[in-house]
Amino acid sequence: MSRAMFGRTAGSAAALPGVDMSANLGSLAMPSPVLTASGCAASGRELDQFFDITKIGAIVTKSVMLRARSGRPTPRMCETPSGMLNSIGLQGPGIEHFIEEDLAWLTARGARTVVSIAGESVEEYGKLAQKLRAVEGVDAIEVNISCPNVAKRNQVFACDPELAANVILTVRRQSDSQTPIFAKLSPDVTDITEIARSVVRAGVDGLTVINTALGMVIDVETMRPALAGVTGGLSGPAIRPIALRCVWQIRQALPDIPILGVGGIRTGLDALQFILAGANAVSVGTMTFNDPSAPFRVQNELAGELADRGFESVREAISYGHRGAEVFGLESEGETEPE
Amino acid sequence: MPIQVRGEVLDVRRAGAYYVLSITAPGIPESFRPGHFVTIGIGGEESSLILRRALAIHQVQSRGVYGGTIDVVVGVHGQGTRWLSERHRHDFLDIVGPLGKPFVLPKEGVPCLLVGGGYGSAPLFMLAEQLRERGCRVDVVLGASSEDKLYGVLDIKRVSSMLTITTEDGSSGTKGRVTDVLPSIMEHNNSAVVYACGPMGMLEAVAAVAAEYRAYSQCSVEEAMACGIGICMTCVLPVIGEDGRTRMLRSCVEGPIFRGDLVRWAEIGTVPADALGAPELDAS
Repeated sequence: MSRAMFGRTAGSAAALPGVDMSANLGSLAMPSPVLTASGCAASGRELDQFFDITKIGAIVTKSVMLRARSGRPTPRMCETPSGMLNSIGLQGPGIEHFIEEDLAWLTARGARTVVSIAGESVEEYGKLAQKLRAVEGVDAIEVNISCPNVAKRNQVFACDPELAANVILTVRRQSDSQTPIFAKLSPDVTDITEIARSVVRAGVDGLTVINTALGMVIDVETMRPALAGVTGGLSGPAIRPIALRCVWQIRQALPDIPILGVGGIRTGLDALQFILAGANAVSVGTMTFNDPSAPFRVQNELAGELADRGFESVREAISYGHRGAEVFGLESEGETEPE
Repeated sequence: MPIQVRGEVLDVRRAGAYYVLSITAPGIPESFRPGHFVTIGIGGEESSLILRRALAIHQVQSRGVYGGTIDVVVGVHGQGTRWLSERHRHDFLDIVGPLGKPFVLPKEGVPCLLVGGGYGSAPLFMLAEQLRERGCRVDVVLGASSEDKLYGVLDIKRVSSMLTITTEDGSSGTKGRVTDVLPSIMEHNNSAVVYACGPMGMLEAVAAVAAEYRAYSQCSVEEAMACGIGICMTCVLPVIGEDGRTRMLRSCVEGPIFRGDLVRWAEIGTVPADALGAPELDAS
């Protein structure tokens, strides 16, 4: 199959015979392993103008909090080499408005939805989970325990294995037992596998790896921090190798936990790297700002790249980069060797 | 509804301190209204500059040899706009548009005043034409720091009843700022609506003069945007709603045109304590 067919301009998934793109994140079954990323897709409505949001894996909504929140002052954003720094501060309408307006729209539209929640305390996470109980259209919950743009930056839950586990225990207790719960982890830790193990023990169904990395830019004109929030989350292709390393390490440590890989994915080849490293599915985040059709395009490109390498399904490619590694005892089973 | 198209550069021409790009953009002129903008991807598919640049649509042509085309005016501020200024005929660009909410036009043929700061004049040309078609008197004030930073003086003369130029260094027209000449023009022409596009400081001053003369003002703001389509939440500013409540609104989808009397200009760059969801109130 010609690689050229799946270039950036490829418009339709119809020309992809033979590659089974279906994917699972725990009990969430999707026709594709490509999702949006929290904070990079709002609640799907805007992106639906550029591609059919029901045709990708799922929409991961912007982290919603208990109450309406204004976010931080501007400037909230700064372009960096192959990336950007943001300090939005979780601006949003609050959970009730989100359920009535945004989630209702997504449900009516027929999109699979992963609802991202963010709280300022363990109790708030619990209340958020409670509000989502028995609400139609919640296909999974992503617990954002790693937003760097919160008031108490030294209290990012995902940087403390015990706090992180407490949040997950509470959310698990307050949620429908059928709803898969994912924890979104921060790369800003010494050993990400320690946090991963801790939230898995607390009952999480999967891990979203990774959130932004904390960074900073100084404006040399004003000779002050470029962001009103001083520091911000770095995202985009600049952090892709870090995200990939985190996925790899967690897959080595926890062979069975579902992983949603996120970090600077721009092309089908980038997505393929994450899947080979052990991600069961991937989110396209910041690059959606660069190309509003990116999630759909990446999905088509990924199918082409898998076909080019002789894979018949995405599943076969998951963790394929680890083959031969003792931790898995995997055999390559006579697959076509890449390259 | 915005679309994403691959546009071919037809022409790049220098205009004073600026560059005007004509680009094919099939489908965009058809739904264009004055005040709309486009975003353009920078540096190609492998670029390390990942954020699109937002540019006001200057002119559109929906028919002709090339089908739909748009013109944008580029001021070089940094790497991204420099890259745009260095495009050549037959280069391709990734374009999304038309974006944003357009200028609101009066139903009656009332006198209008258009104020452009620097290349902020770009979206005013087609606005002027449409206002004239509605029977509005159109007066124009263009201002800049110096003559080379004025854009489109000769072209806008053709569509305006009266054109006034101001430059801060006096190299063209009246020495000073646009707001120095506004009161006398508004008084003389009974301007009912003021349309403005330019730097935030200018917009704030224009909105204040408009309010003083009880004119309705429509300001096109310039906030840093990452996406231009409403998903990134970076381009917000405090705006008073119909219910009297201040909200942090996205200038890309709820703007870029706002009523001048509803923007809390002095508090841009802050979150006013009474804004919806502001931390100080703990948003009860």
